[in-house]
Amino acid sequence: MTTIVILLVFALFLGGIMSGGYTSRYVKRMEETSIWGWITTVDHKRIGILYLISGGFFFAVGGLEALLIRIQLMFPNAKFLVGDAYNQMLSMHGTTMIFLVAMPLLFALMNAAVPLQIGARDVAFPFLNALGFWMYFAGALLLNLSWIFGGAPDAGWTSYASLALPEYSPGPGVNYYVLGLQISGIGTLLSGINFLVTIINMRAPGMSYLRLPMFTWSVFVTSALILFAFPPLTAGLFMMMFDRLFGSNFFSVINGGNVVVWEHIFWIFGHPEVYIIVLPAFGVFSDVLSNFSKKRLFGYHSMVFALVLIGFLGFMVWLHHMFTVGLGDVANTVFAITTMAISVPTGIKVFNWLFTMWGGRLRFTTAMLYASGFIVTFVMGGVTGIMLAVPPADFQFHDSYFVVAHFHYVILGGTIFGILAGVYYWWPKMFGYLLNEKLGKWNFWTFFLGMHLTFFPQHFLGLFGMPRRVFTWQPGYNLEMGNFLSTIGAFLMTIGVIFFIINVLVTITKGKAAGNDPWDGRSLEWTIPSPPPEYNFAQLPLVRGLDPWWLEKMEGNDQMTPAEPLGPIHMPNDSHLPFVMSLGLFVSGFGFVFQSSQVGAIGLIVVIATLFIRSFQEDHGHHIEPQPSEKGVEI
Amino acid sequence: MKIEETTGTVAGIPAEPERATLEGKNKVLGFWLFICAETTLFATLFGAYLSLKGANMGGPTQAELFKMPLVASSTLILLVSSLTSVLAITAMRHNQASRMTGWFLVTILLGAAFLTLEIYEFIEYVHEGHTFTGSAFGSSFYLLLGTHGCHVLFGFFWILSLIIQGRREGITVHTAPKFYVASLYWHFVDLVWVFIFTVVYLAGMTTGLT
Repeated sequence: MTTIVILLVFALFLGGIMSGGYTSRYVKRMEETSIWGWITTVDHKRIGILYLISGGFFFAVGGLEALLIRIQLMFPNAKFLVGDAYNQMLSMHGTTMIFLVAMPLLFALMNAAVPLQIGARDVAFPFLNALGFWMYFAGALLLNLSWIFGGAPDAGWTSYASLALPEYSPGPGVNYYVLGLQISGIGTLLSGINFLVTIINMRAPGMSYLRLPMFTWSVFVTSALILFAFPPLTAGLFMMMFDRLFGSNFFSVINGGNVVVWEHIFWIFGHPEVYIIVLPAFGVFSDVLSNFSKKRLFGYHSMVFALVLIGFLGFMVWLHHMFTVGLGDVANTVFAITTMAISVPTGIKVFNWLFTMWGGRLRFTTAMLYASGFIVTFVMGGVTGIMLAVPPADFQFHDSYFVVAHFHYVILGGTIFGILAGVYYWWPKMFGYLLNEKLGKWNFWTFFLGMHLTFFPQHFLGLFGMPRRVFTWQPGYNLEMGNFLSTIGAFLMTIGVIFFIINVLVTITKGKAAGNDPWDGRSLEWTIPSPPPEYNFAQLPLVRGLDPWWLEKMEGNDQMTPAEPLGPIHMPNDSHLPFVMSLGLFVSGFGFVFQSSQVGAIGLIVVIATLFIRSFQEDHGHHIEPQPSEKGVEI
Repeated sequence: MKIEETTGTVAGIPAEPERATLEGKNKVLGFWLFICAETTLFATLFGAYLSLKGANMGGPTQAELFKMPLVASSTLILLVSSLTSVLAITAMRHNQASRMTGWFLVTILLGAAFLTLEIYEFIEYVHEGHTFTGSAFGSSFYLLLGTHGCHVLFGFFWILSLIIQGRREGITVHTAPKFYVASLYWHFVDLVWVFIFTVVYLAGMTTGLT
């Protein structure tokens, strides 16, 4: 085992050196391949596609894990996945879906849409953008390699101490969790900073804050949440790592440690995290609903206010995950009140969405179907959320399937519906052709009904007393029907996902060309070709109001008024350093997983060396000269 | 360089060279946001320390460990290094490259002196039985101070590489943001130390005294 790891690490390290430019012929050969272009790209549109592909891949992995869990739970006393195998499956399903699916798929949409929506040529830090992606991917890969080498994490996605300490989780499983999340978490933090600076500094002339499309606003608030929520996770994971690998005592009660410290740190990160993954979805729905209702978003200012308030309150509710810890009546009451308070801005948003649709000229495309399905589903999830926010009731619901039903309603109904709506909506912009609407409708209805069939019965399973995280259940407690229906629903959802995959495969060859503006859109991304040229805008547009493109169309213009004369466009250079740096982190993480400080140190040396190489690099980018021609602008 | 020609200049460079280009503006803003993130990182470590500091498990207590002269001199050294980094930035704004690199050199030498004292201090503590693995107090203490020490160490090498770049390339609108954000970083690390000095050392020395 150790030999394999050392050999693997050595091979990776060697590859890192080779691609680092130490043998010029090898590098030349590599540079000619198209894979190299994708590895070194700093273009936000291509990074968006990379996020989409890897997030999609892990969605399939996490989905299969869910399916296996449901197969085990279909009948009482099943022997399909028992004990530790089930624990690993369950832990990896949660961790994968949150960190390796929801986050990257949202980052895919952010990368694809935000710079275009604000009229920018790229993000503020293209290099950092690539680094963020490759760090996420390195972490994700590390986490999933646990299936092959040594066993997956088995302490749940929350990885509570003392269950996650070596005493109760021997083997490398939780090490993978700690190091994989550490690496991808830092990547996420970098991306968050990047989007904040992009939205603050890179807006086109006239694009004031209160003219930003709602999706961009939601990314802005989300990035702020990432900025303040991910560092506590980093700190907490460090503590867990030291406890597991180097014998420290943060959570080891026998030496004065305190397990509740982990719970606090985890949820100080973990609760903002659920808003991090749902707010961008809110943004997608706002844009989609307004677009397909052919109306300005109802109550734009209150929508912005609600977003900011949700982001703010999101940091003061973490204790509602810990009502049963026993922190006292005062603490529980205060956090119950703040939790309920969040439903006010969320309610504002729901009503504004409904009023946006009210009296609009509705077009039920697949994206719009997902947006409408979301409102129903999310309200149901919100209502169970309010039920869970009441501490005395929570004592009954806690750790039962009621909670499982609640958070799947909000995460699937919010985030995943949002991602799918966003994918259908922006797919033509990203790839230049439309997804098939007929297959899209099959995709929506099977997925939507499957989702409700899976999770609606789980409310009742929870109320009947079925505990979560347990690998089987006993007959004779009224749990048979619910569990059976739930598993059927999971299969129906799988069929939905298969429809989506078929849709992608079919339209790759036979997709209808999208043109600039397939949906009769309102914001700036629909003013430029699909897929957009490398520099996005030949001339930065002048923004004259909210929904700038719609405004121009209503005034009879067929293009935006340019805000600058045609001139050379400054573009960043591609770089292989983000990839090398992430490779170093991957090697280092792999080393530490197996408690090999030497391998860990080698990886870190690669990282630090790359940092300094980058600092000394004179990388001023290059210029593109656009040439005006009869057809518009050519390069 | 178009910018130098079009904007008001001081000694041949723009008045605020670190913010003269969009890249520079982005860098400075991005770094401020990074500092926000670092603040919550340290806040978490402080929180963990405060909740675990009583658990010394029979080892030496804070009041027994901490010695004012050593800690006071560490603090003094680090605060002076903040001042010298300010002087470096002032020199940068006046386009005096050698003066700037000189002050940065003083800054990191002071940082190195601080690190030496800290390592000496930790060795002393280990001799007295206060170790990373001995108790939850030890773990949280060394994680908080170790993270801060690693920041000083990283700052040392970072600013050292910037001194080399400053010597090679001088002060331009491309290098100025680097110097500026490095000095921001150094101030931030010093500020964290002020909190460590207060929350860990001063509060620790007075516990048990009523």
